[in-house]
Amino acid sequence: MQNPQLTNDGKLKHLLSIDGLPKNILNQILDTAESFVGVAEREVKKVPLLRGKTVCNLFFENSTRTRTTFEIAAKRLSADVITLNVSTSSQSKGETILDTIDNLTAMHADMFVVRHAQSGAAHMIAKHVAPHIHVINAGDGRHAHPTQGLLDVFTIRHYKPEMHNLRVAIVGDVLHSRVARSEIHALTTLGVPEIRVIAPKTLLPKDVEKLGVHVYHDMREGLKNVDVIMMLRLQNERMTSAMLPSSQEYFKTYGLTSEKLALAKPDAIVMHPGPMNRGVEIDSAVADGTQSVILPQVTYGIAVRMAVMSILAGN
Amino acid sequence: MKIHIKNGHLIDPKNGIDAKQDIYIAAGKIAGIGKSPEGFTANQTIDATNLVVIPGLVDLSARLREPGFEHKATLESEMQAAAAGGVTSLACPPDTDPVLDEPGLVEMLKHRAKQLNQAHVYPLGALTHQLAGIEITEMCELNEAGCVGFSQADIAIKDTQVLWRAMQYAATFGFTVWLRPEEPYLAKDGVAHDGEVAARLGLKGIPAAAETLAIASILRIAKETGANVHLCRLSTAEGVDMVRAAKKTGQKVTCDVSANHLHLTDFDIGYFDANVHLKPPARSQRDKTALSNGLADGTIDAICSDHTPVDDDAKLYPFAEAEAGATGLELLLPLTLKWAEDNKLSLSDAVKHITQSPANILGIAAGDLSINASADICVFDAKQYWKIEPKALLSQGKNTPFLGMELAGKVRYTLVNGHVVHG
Repeated sequence: MQNPQLTNDGKLKHLLSIDGLPKNILNQILDTAESFVGVAEREVKKVPLLRGKTVCNLFFENSTRTRTTFEIAAKRLSADVITLNVSTSSQSKGETILDTIDNLTAMHADMFVVRHAQSGAAHMIAKHVAPHIHVINAGDGRHAHPTQGLLDVFTIRHYKPEMHNLRVAIVGDVLHSRVARSEIHALTTLGVPEIRVIAPKTLLPKDVEKLGVHVYHDMREGLKNVDVIMMLRLQNERMTSAMLPSSQEYFKTYGLTSEKLALAKPDAIVMHPGPMNRGVEIDSAVADGTQSVILPQVTYGIAVRMAVMSILAGN
Repeated sequence: MKIHIKNGHLIDPKNGIDAKQDIYIAAGKIAGIGKSPEGFTANQTIDATNLVVIPGLVDLSARLREPGFEHKATLESEMQAAAAGGVTSLACPPDTDPVLDEPGLVEMLKHRAKQLNQAHVYPLGALTHQLAGIEITEMCELNEAGCVGFSQADIAIKDTQVLWRAMQYAATFGFTVWLRPEEPYLAKDGVAHDGEVAARLGLKGIPAAAETLAIASILRIAKETGANVHLCRLSTAEGVDMVRAAKKTGQKVTCDVSANHLHLTDFDIGYFDANVHLKPPARSQRDKTALSNGLADGTIDAICSDHTPVDDDAKLYPFAEAEAGATGLELLLPLTLKWAEDNKLSLSDAVKHITQSPANILGIAAGDLSINASADICVFDAKQYWKIEPKALLSQGKNTPFLGMELAGKVRYTLVNGHVVHG
């Protein structure tokens, strides 16, 4: 089976998932992102790498942060950017995803940034589009959110450059999380030796160990001596579907407090993909504390997305 | 019309024939095997040199999509597909629109099928009104109209009291109840086997326990009520074990497996291939092996095509939203042959599972080449490979997980009631 993300000669064609992405491409993206971090600090925050190109942000599912950072990233690369919230337009009129794609292709879009509530949506679009068009997955169902995974490892690499010597814990709703899946693949590809997932059994997929992680149900046990803590967002609907009894009990068992954070290494960093539920998965004292790198994650997110778009455009 | 099929390799599991024999057909029936009946002069001779001659295939699950879903397939297109696949008798599940829960609908379907003069169509009536799992149907009336059994298609009955009563009522009249075992709450919104692939792809899983829990309740209720049960499309290793154990205790139960599940695992989903979105889901390698072994040791009685033509548009959605199902009538024979070859079984062993055994389950006179039996015959080339691609399929449904593969086993002639319907 051919990897749909790569060209025949092994170059990045689409970014759909970190699963199956070779280490050299991952490093290429991270290294390129490094060079874009400085762009934001200049007086003129633009480079001409995507001048004349049209990037189309296609959001079949609501998003504020991801959509905005993709928009900023494309604009800093001098691309023309169109953003469509399709959940409120043509989809409700019965148009299929692929019809929407065809219409935008007819308007000469060069790159699609796609978010959709169903796993596999980005793969389906990538399979459908003309060969010169690139697709970036900005989140598909529970499957993947590769740019989030990349910006997370970029952040880790920044603070903890010795990746091959780290112990990382991912805490929370792994079952429904595309972020967790992308993080796990990014970390394993980059050679992080120990990845732990910490969650109740109701929030873990079956056979999750086969993704290369160690499972912990006791958060205190799981946080011992870790270098990085990656918290996941908890959706309210988990309480109404018999997966969790209440947000209070969740906070007590799996919420990150200063007291639990103390079990990790003293210089451990705390991450969260946002948006945060303070008092549900993370205590404000930790989110705003000295070990938190949650805001730098957002900043680096722009550089990483610039890197992905620029590599896809052939730079 | 008298037909002489000569020089073919004849396989008839029921009569224990596996040899080069000629076959003579007169008045729509088999008039002679091996030697010509007295005074027989053929109007047509079919040269079956280097070909295999077997009873016409009997398929336990083929959706013809009529009435109600003519945009997916019509009786005309699917009956042609059946003929091209060597299928001469088929049972169709009741999940049409309207549902086959009224005698008039069944009579109409039988009538339409009869006019086409191709495969014999045996409708399965709905076990409950609208398949809603609340009220039982008029089974006696439906039986008179032509229903050979009663089924819930893919919609499980949630209320065990209704299931109990439906089985009691069916047992009263000796009707067989056909159920695909799946506990509906555990399977809710699931689209793939609950395992590593679903975890990796972020697809909602259907645990194997959804099947085993349902088998446990169905077998228990069948035992209490004395109902004859046919379990449709097993997919799990534990499910096969449970049926094996039940058969050992003497419980009357039969079951089938779809040809797809003898060859596919969840890994075949690859990068979200919607053609592998099936009900039940393709499961693990271990399950696949157990299904194969169960079939070989007689725990599983028959292979069905689970023919479910889906229009192309319905597959152009992300995996979970794409409609489940695959075309199958034309693949039943080649996939069965491939299963036999992969497991080093004889042609006769393989053929039994798509002729004699399913005919027994349906309780129909078919699936064999006895003298005076209806001349329902399939003549095929076991060595001819053909490529599975849309243009090679007569079914209106062009979706199958096997697209692009080359499979051995090409039907050359299909006869129904002594008429050549394909070839």
